[in-house]
Amino acid sequence: MSVRHISLRSDNMKPILEVKNMTMDFGGLRAIDSVDLSIEKGQIVALIGPNGAGKTTFFNCITGIYTPTSGDIYISPNGESDKQERINGLKPNIVTRKGLARTFQNIRLFTSMTVLENVMIGCHAVTKVGIMGAIFRGIKTKTEERFIVEKSYSILEKIGLAKYVDELAVNLPYGAQRRLEIARALATNPFLLLLDEPAAGMNPQETMELDELILRIRNTEGISILLIEHDMKLVMSLSEKIYVVDYGRKIAEGTPEEIRHNSVVIKAYLGEEIGEECDA
Amino acid sequence: MTAKHEIRKSIIASIWFMFLTFPIMVIKVNTVTNTIEWRWYNMALVGIGIFFLSMLWRYLLKKKEEGGKKEKKAGLSLIQRLLQEKQFALPGMVIIAVITIIFPHIFSMYQTNIMISALIFVMLGLGLNIVIGLAGLLVLGYAAFFAVGAYAYALLNLHYGVGFWIALPIGGILAALFGILLGYPVLRLRGDYLAIVTLGFGEIIRLVLENWNEFSFGPSGIKNIPKPGFFGIELSMQATTIYIFYIVVLLVVFTIFVINRLKNSRIGRAWTALKDDEIASQAMGIDKAKTKLRAFALGSTWAGMAGVVFAAKTTFINPASFTLWESVIILCTVVLGGMGSIAGVIAGALLLILLPEYMRDFGEFRMITFGAVLILMMIFRPGGMIEDVRKTYKFEK
Amino acid sequence: MDFEYFTQLFFGGLTRGSIYALIALGYTMVYGIIELINFAHGEIYMIGAFTGLIISSVLTMMGMPTLAVIILAGMAAIIYSCAYGYTMEKIAYKPLRNAPRLSALISAIGMSLFLQNYVLLAQTSDFLPFPSLVPEFKFWEPYSHILTTPELMILSTTVFVMILLTFLIKFTKIGKAMRATSQDKIMASLLGINVDQVISATFVVGSATAAIGGILIASHIGQINFYMGFIAGIKAFVAAVLGGIGSIPGAVLGSFVLGWTESFFTGYISSDYEDVFAFIFLVVILIFRPSGILGRSQTQKV
Repeated sequence: MSVRHISLRSDNMKPILEVKNMTMDFGGLRAIDSVDLSIEKGQIVALIGPNGAGKTTFFNCITGIYTPTSGDIYISPNGESDKQERINGLKPNIVTRKGLARTFQNIRLFTSMTVLENVMIGCHAVTKVGIMGAIFRGIKTKTEERFIVEKSYSILEKIGLAKYVDELAVNLPYGAQRRLEIARALATNPFLLLLDEPAAGMNPQETMELDELILRIRNTEGISILLIEHDMKLVMSLSEKIYVVDYGRKIAEGTPEEIRHNSVVIKAYLGEEIGEECDA
Repeated sequence: MTAKHEIRKSIIASIWFMFLTFPIMVIKVNTVTNTIEWRWYNMALVGIGIFFLSMLWRYLLKKKEEGGKKEKKAGLSLIQRLLQEKQFALPGMVIIAVITIIFPHIFSMYQTNIMISALIFVMLGLGLNIVIGLAGLLVLGYAAFFAVGAYAYALLNLHYGVGFWIALPIGGILAALFGILLGYPVLRLRGDYLAIVTLGFGEIIRLVLENWNEFSFGPSGIKNIPKPGFFGIELSMQATTIYIFYIVVLLVVFTIFVINRLKNSRIGRAWTALKDDEIASQAMGIDKAKTKLRAFALGSTWAGMAGVVFAAKTTFINPASFTLWESVIILCTVVLGGMGSIAGVIAGALLLILLPEYMRDFGEFRMITFGAVLILMMIFRPGGMIEDVRKTYKFEK
Repeated sequence: MDFEYFTQLFFGGLTRGSIYALIALGYTMVYGIIELINFAHGEIYMIGAFTGLIISSVLTMMGMPTLAVIILAGMAAIIYSCAYGYTMEKIAYKPLRNAPRLSALISAIGMSLFLQNYVLLAQTSDFLPFPSLVPEFKFWEPYSHILTTPELMILSTTVFVMILLTFLIKFTKIGKAMRATSQDKIMASLLGINVDQVISATFVVGSATAAIGGILIASHIGQINFYMGFIAGIKAFVAAVLGGIGSIPGAVLGSFVLGWTESFFTGYISSDYEDVFAFIFLVVILIFRPSGILGRSQTQKV
C-alpha cells in the first residue's frame, strides 16, 4: 500500500484544483449542491456516488461544458500559492489549454479518424500553426507537424496502443477505446486528468491493466488524477482520497479506509454492497 | 417464390405510382380554352418505368445493407488508387497540364468559354468543399458570396475604375468579411438551422440587389464590366478569352494547392474533429467558434474571387445569376463529386456543368435530375463519386 | 391612426398567419419526431394546390354543381398530398434514418428540387388562374370591407383544423404514439409502438394540413405556379422556428406573429422587402432565442 500512495504535500503549497462551494442548477433542479473538493499535486482522488448523484455534472462544470450557478473553481498547476487562477465559466477549450484534460463516460472518439489522428487532435491544445502556416508550410509548420506525429506515437506506445496506430478508432475493442481516450487526453499536456468511469464495460483483466496504467501516468508523468468510478476495487486500490456524493451533496470525504467504514456512505449505496466488495 | 414475390412488390409499386402521378402527369387543363388534355401515355410510361425502377431500388438497397455490415475502409476504387500511386499520378498530372495548356488553342472560342464557366464552378465547388466537405457546415446560400465578389468588382470598377487584379483580392476579402459577419452569430446553431439561415441570407442578398436600384441597378444589372487587363495592352476578343481561361486555370490550381495544404494540417484536422464530435473537440482544446469561422471565411473568400472572375468573364451581371439554384448546383457538385475530396469535386463540377451544355435536349431535365442525384447519392453513395481518402501519417518507430 | 386600415392589416395578418400555421404544423410535427427539416414540405403544399386545381377544373367541365366540386376537389387535394408525403418519406428519408443529419437534409433538398421540377415539366411553368372556390356569403356583406369572405373562410378552416389536430394528438391512439415517439424513439419501439408507422402517419397528417393551406391560399390569391411552395415553405419554417420547432402550439403562435409582423410591416413601411423581412426575422430569432418562443432549450447530453 505504501508504495502506491505517495504524498507530495508540503505546507506552503496550494491544491492544484480547489472547488469551493460549487452549485449547479438546471431550472428548478439542483444537480450539485455546494460541493467542496481539493486535489493536491500528485494525488489520485476518486469521486464516487450512486447513479445520478451528479458526478458527471461535476466534471462538466469543472471542464467548462457547464458554467456553475455559484461557487468557485481554482486551479494552480504547480501548486504554487501565488499562481492560483479562477476558471469558472471559461470555455471548455480554454480549460483544456490550462491543463485540465478529461475523458468521457460514453466514449466520444473521433469516429472517422485513425487512432493516431485521434491523439494528434489532442495535440491541438499545445500547438499553434494557423491558416497561413498551413498554406505556406514553412519550416516551423513542418517541425510542428513532425512534433505532433512523434508525440502522438510515443503516447500511444506508452499507453500500449501502438499496434493499432492506423486503425480507425471505432474498430478498436472497447477497452482499447477507453484507453485511447486517455491517450488523447494526455496529448493535451494536462497537470490534472479527469477520468469519467474509465473502467466501465471493461473485463477484470482490462481493469487490472487500467489500474496499472493510471498509477504509471501519475508516477512517471507526475499528472494528478481525479476519477469517477463505480468499480470499488479499482477506486479503493488507487485513490488516496475519496469524495462521496449523493443527490448532488457531498456526504463524505476521506481515505479509502475511512470511506469503507463510513455508515452514511454505506447507507447511500443501499446496504452492505460496498463493504462486501471491498473486503473481497 | 422470391421472384414472384419481387414481381408482386413491383406491380404494387407501379400501381401506386400510377395513382400518385395521375392528376399531375395525365391531366393537363387548359384554363384559357377550357379543354382538358388526357395524356394516358404518361401513365403507361410511369407504370412500366416504376416496375423496373422499384426492382432496381430494392436490389440496391439490399446491396447497400449487405455492404454496410462489412468492415469500414474496404478497398479503394480504381480512381482513388490511381490518384495515390506516384507512378500514375505524376504522368497523369503532366497529361492534364498539357491538355489544359493547349485546350484554348485547339478548341473554338465557344468551347473555351464553356470551359471557363465550368472552371469557375470548379472554384466554387472547391470553395464550398472547404465549408461542407472539410468542416461539415451545410451552407445553402453560397451564391450570395459569389454575388458579393461579382458586384464588388462591377461596382468598384464603375465608380472608381478599379481593375481586375486589384478587385480580385478585394472581392475575396469582402466576401470573407460577409462570411464572418454572417458566420459569427449563426455558427453556434446546429447544422440544419445553419443551412436555413444561410439560405435566408442568400435570399436577402439577392432581394436587396434586386430592389436597391440606387446601389445595384436592380434587375437590369450592370453592363460593360471590363475584362482583365494585360499590362495595359489591348487584346483581341479571342486573346482575351484565352487569357481569362489561363487566369481561371491558375486560380483553380491555386485553390487546389491551398485546400490540399489546409486539409492535411492542424486546422484541417480540427475541422474533421469538429465534424465528428463537437464536445470532444472542445475538450481537446479546439476553439469551436474560431475554427468554424475560419472555414466559413475561407469558403466565402473563394466564392468572392470566383465572383470577380465571373463578372470579368461575362462583362454583365444581374441578380438572376445568383439565385438559390446556383447555390444548389454548387452543392450538387460537391455532393456528387464527394464531400471533402478535391478530385471528386473537380470531376463533379465539370460533369454537372459540361454535360447539360453538350446535351441541349437534356437541358429541361437538368434540375429534376439534380434533385434525383442529391437523393440517390445520399442514399447509395454518401461519399460521392470519388470518395475522399485521408492522408495516413508516417512516423519513425 | 386610421382604425379601419389597422383592422384590415390585423385581419390580413391573421389570415396570412393561418396559412403559415397550416404549413408550419407539418414542419414542426416532422421535426418533433425525426428531427429533420423536411425541406420538401412546401412542395407538398404546392402539389395540393395543383391537384385541387386540376380536379376542380375537370369536374367543373363535366358539369358538376359548385358545392360538389369544392368538396371533391378538396378531398382529392388532401388525399394526394398525403400520398405524396407518405411516398416522399419512404423514398428520401427512411433509408437515411441512421445516416448523419446532413445526409437527410441534403436528400430533402433534392426532394424539393425534384418535386418542383416534376410539376414544372408535367404541367407548366406559367401561373395558372385558380378559381375562387369560396362563394360570397350574404350575411357577411356588412363586414366584408374589413374581413373578406375568403379570409373568413381561411380563418374558420384553420381554427377547425387546429381543433381537430389537437384532438388527434391528445386523445387518439396514434396521437399518443406520436407523442411517445417524439420523446424517445427507442423506448417507444420497445413498448410495442411501430415507429415506422408513426413516422408515416406524421407525414400524412402534416401533408393533409399543408394541402388544406394550399387550396385555401390558392383560391384566395387566385393563381398558382410550381414555385409557390418554396417561399411559403420557408416562411412557414420561419414561423415554426419562431414558435419553437417541435412544438405544435408554438408553430401556431409563431405563424400568427410572423403573419402580423409581415402584414403591418408591408402595410405601414414598405412592401419591397416583404420577403427579406421574414429572413431577417429568422436570422434574428435564431441568434437570440434559438429555441423559439415556446420551445424548450436543449442541452446536449455529455
